[in-house]
Amino acid sequence: MTQVRINIDGHALDVPAGISVAAAIAQSQRPFRRSVSGHMRAPFCGMGICFECRVQIDGIAQQRSCMVSVRDGMQVVTDG
Amino acid sequence: MAKRYDIVIVGAGPAGLAAAEAALAQGARVAWLDAQSAAGGQVWRKDIRYGWPRQAARVITEVVNHPHATWMPQTQVIAAEQNALLLQNEREGWRITYGSLILATGARELLLPFPGWTLPGITGAGGLQALVKQGWPLDGRRVVIAGSGPLLLAAAVTAKRHGAHVLGIYEQASDAAVHGFARKLWRWPGKALQAAVLRSQLAGIPYHCGSIVTRALGEHALERIEIDGPHGTQRIECDQLAIGYGLVPNVELAQMLGCAMKQEGAHPCVDVDTSQRTSVTNIYAAGELCGIGGRDCAWLEGRIAGLVAAGADIDASLLRQQRHARTFAAALREHFKLDPYIHDLAQPDTLICRCEDVPLQALKDYDDARSAKLATRCGMGACQGRICGTALAELGLFPRSGQRPPLFPARLASLGELASSSETEGSFS
Ligand SMILES: Cc1cc2nc3c(=O)[nH]c(=O)nc-3n(C[C@H](O)[C@H](O)[C@H](O)COP(=O)(O)OP(=O)(O)OC[C@H]3O[C@@H](n4cnc5c(N)ncnc54)[C@H](O)[C@@H]3O)c2cc1C
Ligand code: FES
Repeated sequence: MTQVRINIDGHALDVPAGISVAAAIAQSQRPFRRSVSGHMRAPFCGMGICFECRVQIDGIAQQRSCMVSVRDGMQVVTDG
Repeated sequence: MAKRYDIVIVGAGPAGLAAAEAALAQGARVAWLDAQSAAGGQVWRKDIRYGWPRQAARVITEVVNHPHATWMPQTQVIAAEQNALLLQNEREGWRITYGSLILATGARELLLPFPGWTLPGITGAGGLQALVKQGWPLDGRRVVIAGSGPLLLAAAVTAKRHGAHVLGIYEQASDAAVHGFARKLWRWPGKALQAAVLRSQLAGIPYHCGSIVTRALGEHALERIEIDGPHGTQRIECDQLAIGYGLVPNVELAQMLGCAMKQEGAHPCVDVDTSQRTSVTNIYAAGELCGIGGRDCAWLEGRIAGLVAAGADIDASLLRQQRHARTFAAALREHFKLDPYIHDLAQPDTLICRCEDVPLQALKDYDDARSAKLATRCGMGACQGRICGTALAELGLFPRSGQRPPLFPARLASLGELASSSETEGSFS
């Protein structure tokens, strides 16, 4: 499987092309986001409905990481 | 100027695919869009390791490469007006117009609150399946699958295939109900075969009926769960809990377009006639959003909608097959009915609205969703009440109300596009 290199919270990571950003974050064992009262949250519905998997992708905030596939050079920022 | 298509199809699951295939064969120019990056919908979601199932791969490739088809992946409808839709992808917003519109937006999982349900490590059952197919790591992880319905089996198969250590499947329906269902399966040979295949793939994974996950515990992430079953309470250490209580139709877009609804249990679904016509002229609906009916039903209804929208005749045997497929859904509903105990799992401090962190006790003083929402922000977050609103309706607290645009948070630039081009072109010829 071809690999792409992405960056999560400043850490470079090689992941298989085509996986979701959510899967890449899980592989990196980084946290996803904090809720409005500060609790840790992670993907819940897996299909774009719940918005629990939101992160910043290439400068755009509030992207659902379960709905976006990794791209070479992608910059991901979590709440962690 | 907005581009115009004979038929626009929203949703690329079995229903949308069948509609596209049928309409293209009639010579229609078809635009076809889905919020996901690959076609296939829920049941045929592309697996990063194993690809699409063979039959799905054939149809998807055919439709995507058809000269009269325009495939728009990762595209969402964010607003609609007469014969026109405003679409948005990651980069831009644009407007298209249509002669006929076929809605095939499918279903989502019914996800219900219980103490600890917001902990990282807990997902829907189909939700985990979806994540795993797109690369979510499960190798060696201890996974419990729970909730209700045949989707639990499919989720367990996918998890196992991707290296998970599946500790067990916990189904809320009683042993008698599940066996009663299995005894009826011969009436739908396709389903019986599917069930037999699943069973053989699940060899070695225990399946427990009459079992309900009552609580999840952990410091920062899931560590263990408690399950109430026929033999009392049990505690299980696990890394991942995949829990879903069946499916709920995605009707928000149809509601926004003004299509009449009917009720299926606590949740609305789109009301259609035998030709899959909704109450709105030139708008059709097919598949799960017309009531949960499963893959075969979605396929047949998509085919009917595609043919009718393209002006072709439908033969009686197609309609007969569709009716038969629908009776399967009725049997499912009857046998996997939720135990009322599940409606009472949430405690006063259990969060109901995960976006705004609103606990159950904050909602007790209100008797309609609107006043609760204004006072507590319940349902005002990013998911726009898709999780909490559906859960509250299921718990019998507040019914779901209609949607106003935008359906999903839209970028302002996209809304500007809608405002600046509100003329609609001539009708379908
Ligand atoms: C998470 C999940 C997993 C499932 N797994 C299985 C399984 O393994 N086996 C099985 O037999 N059944 C499974 N099902 C049941 C499934 O509902 C049916 O089998 C079948 O997929 C229904 O087909 P459909 O075409 O009606 O809808 P779907 O397959 O749900 O397709 C609907 C499509 O519409 C898209 N969509 C929805 N709203 C919009 C919008 N506003 N804009 C753009 N696109 C939109 C969605 O992204 C989706 O791709 C699953 C259901 C869910 C929710
Ligand atoms: S996990 Fe629910 S939107 Fe991504």
